[in-house]
Amino acid sequence: MANTKVNLCGITLDNPIIPASGTFGFGYEFAELYDINVLGTFSFKGTTLEPRFGNPTPRIAECASGMLNAVGLQNPGVDKVISEELPKLRRVFNKPVMANVSGFSIHEYVETVRRLDGEGDIGWFEVNISCPNVHGGGMSFGTSPEMAEQVTRAVRKVTDKPIIIKLSPNVTDIVSIAKACEAGGADGVSLINTLLGMRIDIKRRRPIIANKTGGFSGPAIKPVAVRMIYQVYEAVKIPIVGMGGARSAEDVIELMLAGATAVEIGAENLVNPYACRDIIEALPSVMEKYGINNLSEIIGGAH
Amino acid sequence: MKDSVFKILSNEKIAKNTYECILEGDISDVKAPGQFVNIKLDGFYLRRPISVCDAEDGKLTIIYKVVGEGTEAMAKAAVGDEWLTLTGLGNGYDTSPSGDYPLLIGGGAGVPPMYMLCKKLIFEGKHPTVILGFNTKDEVFYKEKFTNLGAKVIVATADGSVGVKGFVTNVMPSCEYTYFYTCGPEPMLKAVYEVSVTSGQLSFEERMGCGFGACMGCSCKTKYGNKRICRDGPVLTKEEIIW
Ligand SMILES: Cc1cc2nc3c(=O)[nH]c(=O)nc-3n(C[C@H](O)[C@H](O)[C@H](O)COP(=O)(O)OP(=O)(O)OC[C@H]3O[C@@H](n4cnc5c(N)ncnc54)[C@H](O)[C@@H]3O)c2cc1C
Ligand SMILES: Cc1cc2nc3c(=O)[nH]c(=O)nc-3n(C[C@H](O)[C@H](O)[C@H](O)COP(=O)(O)O)c2cc1C
Ligand code: FES
Repeated sequence: MANTKVNLCGITLDNPIIPASGTFGFGYEFAELYDINVLGTFSFKGTTLEPRFGNPTPRIAECASGMLNAVGLQNPGVDKVISEELPKLRRVFNKPVMANVSGFSIHEYVETVRRLDGEGDIGWFEVNISCPNVHGGGMSFGTSPEMAEQVTRAVRKVTDKPIIIKLSPNVTDIVSIAKACEAGGADGVSLINTLLGMRIDIKRRRPIIANKTGGFSGPAIKPVAVRMIYQVYEAVKIPIVGMGGARSAEDVIELMLAGATAVEIGAENLVNPYACRDIIEALPSVMEKYGINNLSEIIGGAH
Repeated sequence: MKDSVFKILSNEKIAKNTYECILEGDISDVKAPGQFVNIKLDGFYLRRPISVCDAEDGKLTIIYKVVGEGTEAMAKAAVGDEWLTLTGLGNGYDTSPSGDYPLLIGGGAGVPPMYMLCKKLIFEGKHPTVILGFNTKDEVFYKEKFTNLGAKVIVATADGSVGVKGFVTNVMPSCEYTYFYTCGPEPMLKAVYEVSVTSGQLSFEERMGCGFGACMGCSCKTKYGNKRICRDGPVLTKEEIIW
C-alpha cells in the first residue's frame, strides 16, 4: 500500500495536497463538488486585520499556461472570518486548517494572528510576507531579510502554533530570506507566491489589469518554483511547503524531490475545480509507477 | 454546479462574427435563464464564460461573438468536438417580480440570455416585449426566434440599417412595461438603468478566474455589500447597483 502521509511541523497530513490560499476561498464552494476532507489540509483566503475590498476590476488576465491576478487580498477581515467564515468551514471540513494571514504593518500581522490563535481548528499559520510595508516605504516585507525576520519574531511571540512564512519569489536571493525566517523562529517556509507580471491589451494599448501589475501563477511558473525550493532546501533545516504551477501527481513528486514536505495547488483549482481531488486519487498509482512506497521518503530526494 | 463534457451538435455562423452552437450534454444543473457556463478550450488556460441561450431536452444552446483568440478557436470547432463545461453558474434572472408585461432588452452579445428568459416568461403566461439592439443590419440575429416564441419584438440598430434607428434606450420610452430585464455592454446597461421607469434586473460581465466564487477575481460593490459577479451575479437588481 502506498503511504501518502507526511508530517508538517508536527501534524500528520493524510497526503501532502493543500489547496493554496486565494484559490479555494474558505472551502465551501468546493465542498459542493467533493468531500474536501480528502485533502491534506487547505490554506484559507488571505486574512487581514481590517476588511478589504481589494483592487478595482479587471483583476484577472490570462497568460500562456497561467494567469495574472490582482485581487488585492479581498477578505472580510479577521473578526468576520472568525464569526462567519470559520463556523461555515467547520460544517464541511473537520481537519486542522491552515490560516493564511497578511498585513501592512507588523502590528497588523501580530493582531491578526493573535485573534485567530484561539480558534482550535487552526493547525498552522501561513504568514504571507509579500505585502508592502506601509511603514517601510511600501517595500514588501518579503524582500528584505531584516523585515522578514522582524515579522517572524513578532508573530512568534503571540502563538505556539506552527508558523510557516510564505515567501515572495520577487527577490534576488530567496535563500537569505528563508534563513532569516528560520533565525526568527519560523517552523517552516512556504514558496513560491506569485511572480510580478503584466499583460497589455494591444487593442486598447493599456494594461489589462486595472492595478496594471498582477501576480503570475500557473503551470508556467513551475520551473522557478522547483529551483527556489531546491535552493532553500539546501540552506534551511525547517520544512518547506512547495507550490507554483503544480497540477498533477507527477508535479507534486517533482516539488517534493526538490525539497517540499507538502505541496500547495493554486491556480489549477480555478480551471479544474476537481484538481486536488484528482491529484490525491492519482497519487498511489503514480507513486507505484516511480517505485515510491512512502511519500515522505522522497522529500529532498533530488539533492 | 457540474463539470461535464458537452459534444458539439452544430456550430453555425448566424450573423457577422456571431455563432450559434448547440451542444449535447448534462444540463441538469442549468436552473434559471441568465445563468452561464464556463468552457475549457484546448490551448487556453482559463475557461470562457458564455451565457445559456437555451437549455432543453439535453441540449444546450449558446451564442457567442468572436472577439479574441478563444472565441475564434470556438468558431473553428467541428461537429463532434467536445468541450469540458462547467454548468449551473451564476444566479440567473428571477421571473417572479416581472408582472404581466415585462420588457426584455438585449444588446449584441447580451441578446442570448434573453431568449431562455423570454421563453420562461411566456410559459408563465406573461406578455414580454423584447428590444434587440445591434450596431448594424449584419449583426442582427434571433429576431424571428423571439417572434416565434410569441413575444413582441423591436429591433434597433445604431446606424438605422434595419428597424428603429438608434439605441435600445431610444425605443424604451415608447414601451409600457411592468418590469425590465437586460443584458449587454456596460454602457448600455447604465443607459437602460437611467431611462427605465420600473424596477428591473441587469446582467453584468467581468473577467473571471474561476467562474464559481473561489478566487474573488470578479468582485463588485453593491448597496447590499460586496458581490462576486460569477456567483452572487451576474444578475443584479436595479436597487442594489452602484455605478
Ligand atoms: C457571465 C458572462 C456571460 C457571457 N456571455 C456571453 C455570451 O452569451 N456571448 C458572448 O459572445 N460573450 C459572452 N460573454 C463574454 C465572453 O466571455 C468573452 O467575449 C470571451 O471570454 C472572450 O474570449 P476570447 O478568448 O475570444 O477573448 P480574449 O480577449 O482573447 O480573452 C482573453 C481573456 O479575457 C477574458 N475576456 C475577454 N473579454 C471578456 C468579457 N467581455 N467578459 C469576460 N471575460 C472576458 C477571456 O475569458 C479570457 O480569459 C460573457 C461573459 C460573462 C462574464
Ligand atoms: C486568484 C489568486 C489569489 C491569491 N491570493 C492569495 C492570498 O490571499 N494569499 C497568499 O498567500 N497567496 C495568494 N495567492 C498565491 C497562491 O497561493 C500561490 O502561492 C500561487 O498562485 C502559486 O501557486 P500556483 O502556481 O499553483 O497558482 C493567490 C493566487 C491566485 C491565483
Ligand atoms: S471569477 Fe472567481 S470568484 Fe468570480
